[in-house]
Amino acid sequence: MEFSESVFATRFGITRHDLEGYLSEALSHGGDYADLYFEYLQTSSISIDESMVKSAAQGVSMGVGVRVIAGERTGYAYSDDLAPEKIRKAARVAAYIAGGPSKVEKFDLSEGRRHNLYPVVTAPTETAFSERVELVKRADRAARAWDSRIFQVQAMYADNLRQVMVATSEGVLTVDRQPLARMSVWALARQGEGAPQRGHAGGGGRVELGYFLNEKTPEHFAAEAAREAVTMLDAVEAPAGEMTVVLGPGWPGILLHEAVGHGLEADFNRKGVSAFSGRVGQKVASELCTVIDDGTIGGRRGSLNVDDEGQPTQKNVLIENGVLRGYLQDKLSSRLLRSESTGSGRRESYAHIPMPRMTNTFMLAGESDPAEIIRSVPKGLYCANFGGGQVDITSGNFVFSASESYWIEDGKLTRPVRNATLIGNGPEALKYVSMVGSDLKLDEGIGICGKEGQSVPVGVGIPTIKIDRMTVGGTA
Amino acid sequence: MNPENLMEMAQDIVRRAGAAGASDAECTISEGDEFGVNVRMREVESLKEAGSRGAGLRILIGKRTGSSYTSDLSLEGIERLVRSAIELADITTEDPHAGLPEPEELGKIEGDLGLYRPSVADLETAFKIEAARRTEEAALTADPRISNSEGASFDSNLGRHVFVNSRGFAGEYRSSYCSLSTSPVARDGESMERDYWYTMARDFAGLEPAESVGRTAAMRAVRRLKPVKLETRKVPVVFEPRTARSLLDNIFEAVHGMSIYRHESFLAGKLGEKVAHEDVTVIDDGTLPGLFGTSPFDDEGVPSRRTVVIEHGVLRNYLLNTYAARKLGMKTTGNAARGLAGNAGIGHGNFFLEKGVQTPEQILKGIRDGFYVTELMGFGVNIVTGDYSRGAVGLWIRDGELAFPVSEVTIAGNLRDMLMGIEAVGGDLEFRGSMAAPTLKIGEMTVGGK
Repeated sequence: MEFSESVFATRFGITRHDLEGYLSEALSHGGDYADLYFEYLQTSSISIDESMVKSAAQGVSMGVGVRVIAGERTGYAYSDDLAPEKIRKAARVAAYIAGGPSKVEKFDLSEGRRHNLYPVVTAPTETAFSERVELVKRADRAARAWDSRIFQVQAMYADNLRQVMVATSEGVLTVDRQPLARMSVWALARQGEGAPQRGHAGGGGRVELGYFLNEKTPEHFAAEAAREAVTMLDAVEAPAGEMTVVLGPGWPGILLHEAVGHGLEADFNRKGVSAFSGRVGQKVASELCTVIDDGTIGGRRGSLNVDDEGQPTQKNVLIENGVLRGYLQDKLSSRLLRSESTGSGRRESYAHIPMPRMTNTFMLAGESDPAEIIRSVPKGLYCANFGGGQVDITSGNFVFSASESYWIEDGKLTRPVRNATLIGNGPEALKYVSMVGSDLKLDEGIGICGKEGQSVPVGVGIPTIKIDRMTVGGTA
Repeated sequence: MNPENLMEMAQDIVRRAGAAGASDAECTISEGDEFGVNVRMREVESLKEAGSRGAGLRILIGKRTGSSYTSDLSLEGIERLVRSAIELADITTEDPHAGLPEPEELGKIEGDLGLYRPSVADLETAFKIEAARRTEEAALTADPRISNSEGASFDSNLGRHVFVNSRGFAGEYRSSYCSLSTSPVARDGESMERDYWYTMARDFAGLEPAESVGRTAAMRAVRRLKPVKLETRKVPVVFEPRTARSLLDNIFEAVHGMSIYRHESFLAGKLGEKVAHEDVTVIDDGTLPGLFGTSPFDDEGVPSRRTVVIEHGVLRNYLLNTYAARKLGMKTTGNAARGLAGNAGIGHGNFFLEKGVQTPEQILKGIRDGFYVTELMGFGVNIVTGDYSRGAVGLWIRDGELAFPVSEVTIAGNLRDMLMGIEAVGGDLEFRGSMAAPTLKIGEMTVGGK
């Protein structure tokens, strides 16, 4: 899509000349760099509870954020009104942090490069709801039919279309239409008068509705949620202390996101507050580990044609055969560190300042047979699925919580284990990886990453791996 | 219509919804002006200033609902808002319990609740930068081991909230907020740790002094240096107020009306039963002047009130909106909460655990070996089962004193046992936000380490 076809040109009548004027206004007090981020977001969501479609909502929000960078300083202002006088006012406010004469005189905006990673979809608010309602109804029916012990089901389908435009004082103008869709199913199981257990599954990506009709159906997510809930009915208390932990493929890749990903974001390293600061070239993982952050995988939840600073995303090697290779850079950090942006500048919305973030973070497949990995463990924990995680980037300590795990006894999966938090230290934990499976799997597309109050969609992935030593936080 | 008169605009939206076929309608309009400045290593790092507004509409056609929201408050935007909500009622299911509160339940607390101090709007930018700078400076100079910083921030917000429904409710209030916070980094050899401290109030005068915020943050970071990872054991665990507050968050989720009717809480069906130690009393009070959980009415137009949730260990009330109340055959407790879009959810007012009489020092005194928790990590709390397992940072208690820092451990138990096991409640209750708890001691939990 070209600028001239974008909603900003067609509906709001914004011209290149206007954009050049706003950028001039932003740099009127000096400063090294300025950019404009326009956003037009249409969303819809439908949810079912107790087999009733109780909620359906749709809406639209829009705005523009103006940023000025002067040295290490960032000035930021935004407006949810796209009228020229409001944008100019935001530009003047953002310019407050700069002092001195304007350095950049003239702009000649030309359209920048971008990938083509996802379908061009019609806005959810402009398509009929009947097919989407059927998705949540199907999920509800399928989860209930899966097992008679399932007694509560909730399902949600949400999709949105984010139209963005970035104009920079470097002369680059980029437009993109970014679809995002997600389905989630929660099921509660109960056996007799016993305590209930919950299961959850979900997924999606930068995909069209057809994805949920043909590839990952409501029945798929419903069966997963129901299976997890029913499995947990027989779960025993989780162990406490250090032990061998095997992570299953897919979503357990959240380990990488917490243990190394955040610690490698360039803002923390530029400031020297990350446990990984100054460690490029050092060994931070076993040589079996190669960790990638790749924003260019077609249709994935964490993928983007361009990042939120108008820079094409790329495939970045974070750790190669155990050695730390590089950081995730946005424009500000790369300017200050005199390196290149890695296409990692992201923001939650026009009301937020961009910063270095992950896209899809995963570990490359190894050579071990996954079954052999489990067989090699006399006693340990196998984690098939996780809830969320968190990291303290300064100390490097991270946690993530296992929502579905099993005892490994004599090389076999035996009893399911109740929820437990796993804890480790970023630059240390991956040194204990002793086997990496051949079964790399990306997650189903449900991740939301939070940093400094901003949420963005991300993906993770991992093959089956064996970690010889990790602390499990149970009670037994 | 004057675009600055949000009340008129909300009433107009509700009228338009009625004209378009809605049998009932409720409209929320929110407006806010935000300011934030971050100073790092004595220089301004970022400065942000902006305002925004948005409207949300929920309609009923009989017992079917539809919702929409927009940030476009032009006439065209409003027409689309109404059309969007109406068309969604076609796809939702008739729900016998859906609907607005009964007219006699609607209302608001009259008089000044101390939520808005206009002086926040008059603070000069240079003054706000200086406040953040002083906060960081106090942290940087408090101890030679403070070597770095993630900066200090001054943030403020001025908001206006309007709610109108088709049963005659129309209410509006303004609010103000400002805060100072800082996050210094301490270093000793290879060991690097950060912590933070903050203060928030309705106006600048209500804030703790910048110097005290900075010094507290520095002390907290420094005392974490060179932590030990312990062997796994079962010991008494003391939560300082900042971490005790997170237990209140768990209790709130467990008495949340929606979780109750779905049976997805370990406290479902336990009204009238003993669920906590007899020294535990938990209150939700949305009427306390000036506090951050206070409002004249909830997000369905029902007056805020005081609700006793747990009284001397006995579960007395759930927190309910109109929908959850109808599902459970009860009355709303005025706890409806919503963003702009969708059905009302459930929120809390000032949700707190009533203070006891012991000082934190007296609570520590009796403990020979125990864990004092200063930070919790992760999401390992399952409200359905009560299973609790979180990452923790803190100090080891030896012979009644805080002895040395501990990190990379977990604490685990079950909320059922943890609430019953609250053996001591401190007298140090203070509100830093809408949820608060004093120092709490739990008789025994598993600390997971080596």
